[in-house]
Amino acid sequence: MSKTPDLPGEVSRRTVITRAAAIGAAIPAAGLLGACAGGGTEEKKSETGNTGDAKNPFGVKDGDPLEVVIFNGGYGEKYAKDIHEPMYKAAFPKSEIKHSAPTEISTTIQPRFAGGNPPDFLNNSGAKAIDIGSLVGDGQLLTLDKLWSAPSYDDPKKTVKDTLIPGTIESGEFDGKSVQLNYVFTVYGIWYNSALFSKNSWVAPKTWDETTALFDKIKAAGITPYAYAGANAAYYQFEVILSNAAKIGGAEVLKNIDNLEDGAWQVPAIKDSLEFWAGIGAKYMDKAHEGLKHTEVQLQQNQGKVAFYPSGSWLENEQAKETPADFKYAMTLVPSKGASDKIGFTGIHATAGEPYVIPAKAKNQAGALEYMRIMLSKKGANEFVKLNGSLTSVIGSSDGATLTPGTASAKTALDAAGKDVFTFHINDWYADMNTEMKAATNALMFGHQNVAQFVERVQKAADKLKKDSSIKKNKVK
Amino acid sequence: MRHGRNPFIVGFLAAPVVLYVFFVILPYVEAFYYSFTNWRGFQKAEWVGLDNYKKMLDDDTFWKAVSHNGIILLLLPLAALVIALFFAFLLNVGGKAKAGVSQGVRGSKFYRLVFFFPQLLAVPIVAVLFQSVYRPDKSGVLNGILGWFGIEPVGWLIEPKIALLMLIAVMVWQAIGFYVVLFSAGMSSIPAEIYEAAELDGSSPATTFRRITLPLLWGNIQTAWVYLGVAAFDAFAIVDVLSNNQGGPDFSTTVLSEEIYKATSAGKYGYATTLGVALFFLTATFAVIAFTSTKRESVEY
Repeated sequence: MSKTPDLPGEVSRRTVITRAAAIGAAIPAAGLLGACAGGGTEEKKSETGNTGDAKNPFGVKDGDPLEVVIFNGGYGEKYAKDIHEPMYKAAFPKSEIKHSAPTEISTTIQPRFAGGNPPDFLNNSGAKAIDIGSLVGDGQLLTLDKLWSAPSYDDPKKTVKDTLIPGTIESGEFDGKSVQLNYVFTVYGIWYNSALFSKNSWVAPKTWDETTALFDKIKAAGITPYAYAGANAAYYQFEVILSNAAKIGGAEVLKNIDNLEDGAWQVPAIKDSLEFWAGIGAKYMDKAHEGLKHTEVQLQQNQGKVAFYPSGSWLENEQAKETPADFKYAMTLVPSKGASDKIGFTGIHATAGEPYVIPAKAKNQAGALEYMRIMLSKKGANEFVKLNGSLTSVIGSSDGATLTPGTASAKTALDAAGKDVFTFHINDWYADMNTEMKAATNALMFGHQNVAQFVERVQKAADKLKKDSSIKKNKVK
Repeated sequence: MRHGRNPFIVGFLAAPVVLYVFFVILPYVEAFYYSFTNWRGFQKAEWVGLDNYKKMLDDDTFWKAVSHNGIILLLLPLAALVIALFFAFLLNVGGKAKAGVSQGVRGSKFYRLVFFFPQLLAVPIVAVLFQSVYRPDKSGVLNGILGWFGIEPVGWLIEPKIALLMLIAVMVWQAIGFYVVLFSAGMSSIPAEIYEAAELDGSSPATTFRRITLPLLWGNIQTAWVYLGVAAFDAFAIVDVLSNNQGGPDFSTTVLSEEIYKATSAGKYGYATTLGVALFFLTATFAVIAFTSTKRESVEY
């Protein structure tokens, strides 16, 4: 799921409630949802075997229409319209492609799942993505195993799987089923303006001690050393806290959290990380940022009022229009506690993201699989990188592309990390954990609660979730 | 002819009744059914009995949301009614009497228009507007004004103790215009002779208001109270768009409708409808109590 926070303009879809209807008006939307509830649910068996033909392994019939739904968010819809759809059209000239690009996926597409006529191909992303756990739990998605074992677009000797960065397929597995293609490779880190830093001869810190020493200098220069947007981007800060905990205690820490192991939040690695970042919050952050949004704090960084801002590698592209000419995005990683850390400084939180799925009831499943294969082709991925400035899950997709400073620094960091790549899923898998972690992170970082309270409340939420049999659980292997 | 009337009436009423049953009553019934299931929005729902209700009663956030709805229910109607009545009184009879007929304060027509402005804005727009008003740093409208007096910026929406009050203030601000107009219409239909007689008897404006305006407006006030009470059970748009982290900081402003919304987006449709059923009973109970407890002899004039 893309972690881009809501844009300020993205106000609720529920609009004004007129005064006309007195009592009836107060009954919430959920009551009315029943009106369009519960469609039929037979599962259609797909007929898409591998044909053995490397050019058309899924046996797409030229002339069958293909409906593509793209989320019109951080990556826009241009990449689909200008790159992948023309490639599909070139291979199957008689097939009509029906393209749409809504900004609210669940609002527009969920009813179609319920009605049994979903689109063929769906970019299930954004703040209003359809809950993936529910889709999988109800058997609404096609498994993509055929895609992974199919010959790759450019080299019939390699399978599609061989062309992907390891971990990509696993990142799209739910409940043991591979149902989601995560196309964009996201790297997380802490972003700063390298131009400002070289002017002041500041160097991005690698350890906790260096961090506080540098933050003191930055503070003395009248700049807020560290910031995140509490109003809608608290996710970025718990990403930092968890990444730091992973460096201290190893990737096991994150795995235990994802698997809802007992006491997963009560380990020393988490507590140490929380302690350090709570200290940063108390000393080096601006209290007002708790009430500001991502875009507002980003603006302050672009204006040189904020030094460090944690986020994912989409940040530079997202801010492209607002970034002044003398602002050069660069990324550093969460600093190390010390020599006893299980993972060194170069360890990085990176994962394949931006999800694409094929509904189990899609009419043209072969076409949708082929469309994915096209996206994962050298040309399809490379053009995407050139257009959007973000890395994809395809190995070597940025070859030959001129990368922007921020993407280049993200790529350097990723290459330097080697095998020390980790990620976590807890907030993507469980919406309630996401809500609780965001609230607890703000309370900790802005001084309303202490570390012990954070650990207690988040552990409690995890325990409650574990006991709740109505929610499907996922496991990291 | 008389015996032909019934089929005639039934013929006219049948269509709306069928529509109402199909589009309003049936979904309600269905919602009650779903509140006993673990429905996720796609496939057949599984019956889970009272599980959702047990979960709801165990959920701290649910109780927080209910208590916030309760606070809004106490403060919103009270504040909006008092202020709207006061303004309506000033606009209609608060000024000096001219030729024996009571008048509003000078420029009352202009004020009436201005008071109505907030009503013309969609709720989410009001919420976005107030994001700037309440901005927690010096560039916020309120904090900018405080800054002139050397007062440090206040985190209007990030201090858990005042965040909810700030949201209620916005709801009051938006509601007043409508009720000023409603009460103005009510007041202008009160015969001028009554006011004239009161004035001849030497009644002060306050006494006039208490003894004449208020009793004669009672029907309007009762309606307004129910409307505002129902609005207090909703409050979704303001909370969702304006508050920190949709109902935050740390759930200190969340309301039932916000929790329903969150449960829905988490794919917990069954649980969301359970919350919806709770909201239904709270709202319906309030409406019944409001209508029965405020029953008074209406004054004929």
